[in-house]
Amino acid sequence: MITFDEIKKAFLVSIWFMFLTFPIMVIRVNPVEHIVEWRWKNMLVVGIGSFLLSFVWNYLMKRKELGFKKAESGEETGTIPLVQRILGEKKIYIPALVVAGIFTIAFPFIFSLYQTNIMVSALIYVMLGLGLNIVVGLAGLLDLGYVAFYAVGAYAYALLNYHFGISFWIALPIGGLLGATFGILLGFPVLRLRGDYLAIVTLGFGEIIRIILENWNEFSFGPSGIANIPRPSLFGINLSVHESTIYIYYIMIALCLFTVFVVNRLQDSRIGRAWIALREDEVACQAMGIDKTKTKLTAFSLGATWASMAGVMFAAKTTFVNPASFTIWESIIILCIVVLGGMGSIIGVIAGALVLILMPEYLRAFSEYRMLAFGVLLVVMMIFRPGGIIPNVRRVYTFQGVKNTDKS
Amino acid sequence: MLKLKNVQTFYGNIQALKDVTIEISEGEIITLIGANGAGKSTTLMAVCGIVPPRSGEIFFMDEPITGMEPDKIVSLGICQVPEGRRIFPYLSVAENLDMGAFLRNDRAEIKKDMEYVFDLFPILAERRHQAGGTLSGGEQQMLAISRALMARPRLLLLDEPSLGLAPLIVKQIFEILSKINAENNTTIFLVEQNANLALKVAARGYVMENGRITLTNSSKNLLADEEVKKAYLGL
Repeated sequence: MITFDEIKKAFLVSIWFMFLTFPIMVIRVNPVEHIVEWRWKNMLVVGIGSFLLSFVWNYLMKRKELGFKKAESGEETGTIPLVQRILGEKKIYIPALVVAGIFTIAFPFIFSLYQTNIMVSALIYVMLGLGLNIVVGLAGLLDLGYVAFYAVGAYAYALLNYHFGISFWIALPIGGLLGATFGILLGFPVLRLRGDYLAIVTLGFGEIIRIILENWNEFSFGPSGIANIPRPSLFGINLSVHESTIYIYYIMIALCLFTVFVVNRLQDSRIGRAWIALREDEVACQAMGIDKTKTKLTAFSLGATWASMAGVMFAAKTTFVNPASFTIWESIIILCIVVLGGMGSIIGVIAGALVLILMPEYLRAFSEYRMLAFGVLLVVMMIFRPGGIIPNVRRVYTFQGVKNTDKS
Repeated sequence: MLKLKNVQTFYGNIQALKDVTIEISEGEIITLIGANGAGKSTTLMAVCGIVPPRSGEIFFMDEPITGMEPDKIVSLGICQVPEGRRIFPYLSVAENLDMGAFLRNDRAEIKKDMEYVFDLFPILAERRHQAGGTLSGGEQQMLAISRALMARPRLLLLDEPSLGLAPLIVKQIFEILSKINAENNTTIFLVEQNANLALKVAARGYVMENGRITLTNSSKNLLADEEVKKAYLGL
């Protein structure tokens, strides 16, 4: 039922929005003819639109509260999201995996080169997201300069190739190692910091790397970057652009699978458990004999390793690197992937990367509103799904435990 | 077994411990009582290396451990149950216990120890797959103690295990502490506000005031001491 109160509230909301959007939606100054246009029709549209939307909003909020109440009273609420229910059931899970597998393998042959290219960049972000997930999602260290390691990898390949002609397959592990080294280098000074302070310092580190690359002309060729980086080679066979894109796509798929495998194993290992424990309580960790320094450094350096390898991939894919690709904005996108997808959840991060990278590509028509849509998406997500698109399974698993013991 | 010699610690410029000297021999239960802010928890933090002393020395089994890293100290066999329990809320009970055995690698023995603590606190066995944060205060304290036991400590440091718990549960926990002490010959260093109970369990006690040890005696004598009675037992 819609009560009078709700109508009043919606009315106030619409007035507020009309007021708020008045300067941009209604007034238009035409500087050539020196007239001011008053577009009252726009105001009407905004008013009616926000009036209706406020009802939708109210309805969603109510549903959310209802969910909380049900959860409190211990009723079955279906808190387990669809995806996890699918993952739980072997009958659905295995065929789904097979279908997904066939789709991924056939992707470059079904779709155009353009689509494959977009997919490759999405996969690079999957890798970056999974790497950052180790640092942010598991170890709980808010790293805003993650892109620095990405840059390290990309420049490692570009420079090694430029100076020594080192090929992609050798540069990949070298890039990874370099990333790990830089991870430790950054890790040491920031070990004592937590939360906001850590975020600020890592942010600074990210900018430092970018500014160095931009200004140290003798080393990195400055803003003009390095061009003509070779694509990955396949046993010395010369591949056309089309073929090598497909080849890169498969390398990326393999690398992503490898990443998923390693991160998954890490999560269940002792060191993974130590990361989660460190995120939850540092003093308790120390009392348990966990080496705080070592644990944080491994998180940093492992996260950096993946970023660097993704960087090598990026350099090989675009065949050109310059500092403009490694701005703070990239770090924030990667962080958004992790937060939006679900911190600590592998499948969530993959979903987050695909959504955040593919959406803007396919919605190019609305590219002017990209930032707006992005902001709205984040706000709505944090209100209705604070755990991310696909939250970490661990939490769901524990809720089930609560139910079982309550019944027994 | 544990010896603190003229230990002084500071938080910035503020001195928390002034010339603290404490000695514990193997198999004993010792308690340290005192008012809020006397420096009891800081004493434990100093032993664990989380707040290293600025001067003075700490010996464990006659080896100096002053200024060692906390994880090294734990590996020697000192384990702390920190104040306010500090269990890992999003890890399950079993995972919390596993974290306690972080420095050990003998799977079979770890499993045996887990059975042992489940024996001590059967409620934890019932809740082994439940997230630590969903346990009640008393259960969390039991979990914190069990987690420390999983490290197989020779010296168990307990920081106010009675904090915020119902008297009945406090009594149960103290009984189990005596049991642990008797069964495994684990030395227990107990820091408590609840002086009455602590002195009943412990053999000897230290009284701390403003970062200084002001009194030490056997529990019996401390319980009879007029000053202690007035200040800490509320008699």
